[in-house]
Amino acid sequence: MIEIKNLHKSYKMGSNSLHVLKGINFSVEEGELVAIMGSSGSGKSTLLNILGMLDELDEGSYDLDGVPIKNLNETKAANYRNKFLGFVFQSFNLINYKSAMENVALPLYYQRVGRKERQEKALKYLDQVGLKEWAEHLPSELSGGQKQRVAIARAMAAEPKVLLADEPTGALDSKTSYEVMDLIQKINDQGNTILIVTHEPDIADMCKRIVHLKDGIILEDKKIKQVRASEYV
Amino acid sequence: MRFIFDSNTWQEIFGSISKNKTRTVITVIGVLWGIFIYIALAGSAQGLNNGFDKAFKTVAMNSMFVWPQSTSMPHDGFKTGRQMDLRLNDVSTIQNRIQEVQYIAPRIRQGDGGPNSEPVYTVKGQKSGNYGLYGDYPVYTKIATKKIYDGGRFINEEDIEQARKVIVIGERVQQELFEKDEDPIGAYIRVGTVYFQVVGVHKLANGVSFDSDSDMFIPFTTHRKLYNTGDLVSYLCIAAYDDVDVVKVEKDIKALLRSTKRVHPDDERAFGSFNLGEAFGRTMDFAFGLTFMSLIVGIATILAGVIGIGNILLISVKERTKELGVRRALGATPSEVRNLIVLESVFLTLIAGVLGIILGAGVLSAINAFTKDVDFPYTNPTVPIPYVLGALVIMVVLGTLIGLIPAQRAVSIKPIDALREE
Ligand SMILES: Nc1ncnc2c1ncn2[C@@H]1O[C@H](COP(=O)(O)OP(=O)(O)OP(=O)(O)O)[C@@H](O)[C@H]1O
Ligand SMILES: [Mg+2]
Repeated sequence: MIEIKNLHKSYKMGSNSLHVLKGINFSVEEGELVAIMGSSGSGKSTLLNILGMLDELDEGSYDLDGVPIKNLNETKAANYRNKFLGFVFQSFNLINYKSAMENVALPLYYQRVGRKERQEKALKYLDQVGLKEWAEHLPSELSGGQKQRVAIARAMAAEPKVLLADEPTGALDSKTSYEVMDLIQKINDQGNTILIVTHEPDIADMCKRIVHLKDGIILEDKKIKQVRASEYV
Repeated sequence: MRFIFDSNTWQEIFGSISKNKTRTVITVIGVLWGIFIYIALAGSAQGLNNGFDKAFKTVAMNSMFVWPQSTSMPHDGFKTGRQMDLRLNDVSTIQNRIQEVQYIAPRIRQGDGGPNSEPVYTVKGQKSGNYGLYGDYPVYTKIATKKIYDGGRFINEEDIEQARKVIVIGERVQQELFEKDEDPIGAYIRVGTVYFQVVGVHKLANGVSFDSDSDMFIPFTTHRKLYNTGDLVSYLCIAAYDDVDVVKVEKDIKALLRSTKRVHPDDERAFGSFNLGEAFGRTMDFAFGLTFMSLIVGIATILAGVIGIGNILLISVKERTKELGVRRALGATPSEVRNLIVLESVFLTLIAGVLGIILGAGVLSAINAFTKDVDFPYTNPTVPIPYVLGALVIMVVLGTLIGLIPAQRAVSIKPIDALREE
């Protein structure tokens, strides 16, 4: 599903340049649930943003579902993001003047899905994350955990090939974090490919594979036995 | 262009506009004010224009007066200060020599050429008053329209030929000398020492008028006989043809008079004149200037309003950087983001424009209602539809152009940077 070879990325700041990713080789199969770990500044978010086509790589190659991702213009990148990818952010990033349902329906709007179908799908996914009753509420009326569940529903609504989550539990307490992880595991159980950036070991243990980044290279890449979040909920 | 007709697009725009109410209201007020000023000013200018038009309708626009004064230069053996006069034969001279002249009406005012220049003491039964008296030809009404009340008439050719003792009196004369329900037509009044039969009552014209409502008109020939003024004339009312340069005609007439009366060719003081065409032109220039001004001011205010919209959208784009980043992460293409911002701008401008037009029209009709019965040259203040449509088109175009700035800004930053924004 994801195939990365010899990926390099550096940030230019004035005359200096900061070499963040220094040759990453890494692939992900369909249906995997991968945790990307590493200390702060190790380049986790950078890697995820490149995978999400929000940022560009300097060197190396990236294939997504057999499609080489290279030199995309913004319009093409937007279409690929819309078709292939779902995003979950640490700070939720819901649109504050739209109701939960409207937020979930937004990626479908950019897929040119009709209004009726958008609403039906949005409700379906809100139901999956257990927030059907909150459909008409604004984000400001929701708790952090609820917001993140809406964000997950939004990411799922477009039925992406890969779900990318940058510290989805970073702003949540542990109980709510486990609820969110439970949800992510269930989505993964349905066969969806998911990558999660986290630096909480208990969250990483709930994935099926842990990739450890350090100083821009992969230090360790191991499959693990998944801990079910439902045991803690 | 497809996106414009896509109901989804409009739902997005309507959503974003209606959920950011304060922003929307402030934005709308700016343009609304502009278009309101534009409509109100342009309409008022049009109203004044119409008012002037109406005021000048009672007189021939290309008419003038010429009257004798005294010379200011010695010439041909005459000393300076020689008193000039006008006579009936000057009328035919002018008519024969100056092609551009359509009508000439010589008038004599009672008193000119005689010992008493006072208004004439006029009696009807127990009532009396002092009124101005003029000797006139029928052609006078070709230059100054006279509204004669039903049943009456102005002086006609037969009156002139037979020097009849008939009189046309003013509205006020009628009010002062006659009972309310008394029909003045056919009645006799004594003017000075002579009895005249009333043949008409003239109505005071609204707007510009040569005469007052207390003036009385008798046949020129009757007047000269009674007061022994010979062929002396007080002044000439002259109307030129419609398409000629009245100022030039005025100059030509005076030059002709100077040469026939042996006055120095450069002696501007020998004959006085007043050119109504010029006066009318000046008023019309004023009205035009007003219209023009209102256009400039109105467009400037609209421009300011639209720029205001651009400004607020620019701020809102900054505020919404993150939202726009999220939209792009979710798959919005740069052109979709740009269209969203531009259409918001156009939509806001249009709403504001339409509201402003409605408000402006309301104020105009209110002013119209108030000035209806007031003696003020202001009639039917309307803004021509093309002006209104023009304003709307300008606004849409400006709204698009202005919207492009924040729109471009919104897409110029990378989605990852937009998302990182706090
Ligand atoms: N836009 C940028 N411009 C310059 N430097 C950047 C930019 N984004 C990230 N960096 C730098 O790149 C390095 C890696 O950043 P990255 O965000 O990938 O770290 P991270 O592993 O996600 O850390 P954290 O766990 O704190 O989120 C950091 O040193 C950071 O300062
Ligand atoms: Mg990070």
